[in-house]
Amino acid sequence: MSASVLFDAPGPKTVARHRVYSVVSVVALLALVAFAVWKLYDAGQLEYELWEPFVTPAYLEFILVDGLLETLKMAFFSVIFAVVFGLVFGVAKLSDRGWVRWPAWLVVEFFRAVPVLLLMVFTFFLLAIGGGPLTSFWCVVIALTLYNGSVLAEVFRAGINAVPQGQSEAAYAIGMRKSQVMTSVLLPQAVKIMLPAIISQMVVALKDTSLGYYIIAPGLTAVAKPIYLEFSNQVPTAIVITAIYVAVNLVLTWVATMVQKRLVGEKNPLELTPVGNLDGGRNV
Amino acid sequence: MDAVFSNSGEYLMAFGLTIGLFVVSGIASLVLGTLLAVMRVGPVSILNKAAAVYVTLFRNTPLLMIFIFIFIAMPVLGYNFKFVEGVEIAGYNVSAFFFRACLALTLYTSAFVCEAMRSGVNAVPLGQAEAGRAIGLTFAQSMNLVILPQAARAVIPPLTSVLIALAKNTSVAAAFGIAEATATMRSFTNDNADQRIGIFLAFAIGYVVVVEVISLSSYLVERKVKVAR
Repeated sequence: MSASVLFDAPGPKTVARHRVYSVVSVVALLALVAFAVWKLYDAGQLEYELWEPFVTPAYLEFILVDGLLETLKMAFFSVIFAVVFGLVFGVAKLSDRGWVRWPAWLVVEFFRAVPVLLLMVFTFFLLAIGGGPLTSFWCVVIALTLYNGSVLAEVFRAGINAVPQGQSEAAYAIGMRKSQVMTSVLLPQAVKIMLPAIISQMVVALKDTSLGYYIIAPGLTAVAKPIYLEFSNQVPTAIVITAIYVAVNLVLTWVATMVQKRLVGEKNPLELTPVGNLDGGRNV
Repeated sequence: MDAVFSNSGEYLMAFGLTIGLFVVSGIASLVLGTLLAVMRVGPVSILNKAAAVYVTLFRNTPLLMIFIFIFIAMPVLGYNFKFVEGVEIAGYNVSAFFFRACLALTLYTSAFVCEAMRSGVNAVPLGQAEAGRAIGLTFAQSMNLVILPQAARAVIPPLTSVLIALAKNTSVAAAFGIAEATATMRSFTNDNADQRIGIFLAFAIGYVVVVEVISLSSYLVERKVKVAR
């Protein structure tokens, strides 16, 4: 049996047909790449002068220090604050008291449903413009904290619920208080389960820092503009900046995979098999 | 909130544009994403890898950079998509801005649609296919009666979150000169700085309604196709 549910192991005829498909698709993909390169060449976008800024130390420094570093700083601060926000509201959503649970639910649902960009524009007009106390850097951080914090609150809640019920029952049985059960039994186990989800939320935060473009915040997208305005090399700039984002995100994803393998094992306990595993969706 | 109530026509137009972006790019990315998912789970390994590269690339690129590609880099290469302005659908002209925004949103979202579809197929355990074949179903029967119905049900929740994300992502079009809800909110706030909290709440509630409608309809669909097990 093959590894996929969709296909049987191919016989000789099918193998031959697949070989034909492979050749056809290789040709088609190569044609696509060749067309893209030819188009770039034809529009003069492969000229050395247009790419020169990206090998010039002064511009590299501009991109890496004013761009990448600012982006990473924004993402870092928003993730740190978002974890705190998420922890508070995730635990509050599990509270036994209705007057804690319902407001927490409302806040989390609201910020999950509102676009980050709308939040950014609002915080920008509320706190930055016209002599407000904050720079647009911090407006981006606040908007991302509220959004990612709300997403993480859900992650925390799911993570705490994923800890087997026997754990909290045993803790209550030996006489621990509710707060003790949460802090010394449930959270330590839940954090281990949730760490990969938190790191992949960092990828989301990092990507969303680019939205600061709309409220004139610093970052990679902000350094792109002066460069392509000066050299009118829109295409090379877009390619280079995108490549930096993709590289950083791939590194983060790789870290997440590593952490998951180290702490949790191959399978993420938060992603249960939703259908047909004959044990009612329980994680075994 | 006065600014919103006295300009309610503009407010509704803005959300109309947001919903228009959502519907057009939602349908387009469902089509492209399904195509990618077929390539991704299909038997031809080179197409498999090509789709994987597409998904990795577009999932790790900020949506804003895709917009910059389409709106700022592509015109340099001679693609400004002005030709769509000549096309007339039911008396309406499609603006090149709208077309380009939908293109960017589609390219981005289809990567996520592909992943959602793939996770749906992967959610069906191998034993289901084996059991189907063991009781003598043909390949087509086991596909139609056993695997695809389960995969389709498993796809609904992740696909819903992809569509909700798309509805919120339409706001990025605001940064590129499209007067959808976020851009309108910005210009309202610009003109009535004293009412900024009310204006924000009015637009936020609009988005909440859009998101809730999507998630409610997904819930209804899910409940409709649910089977007892």
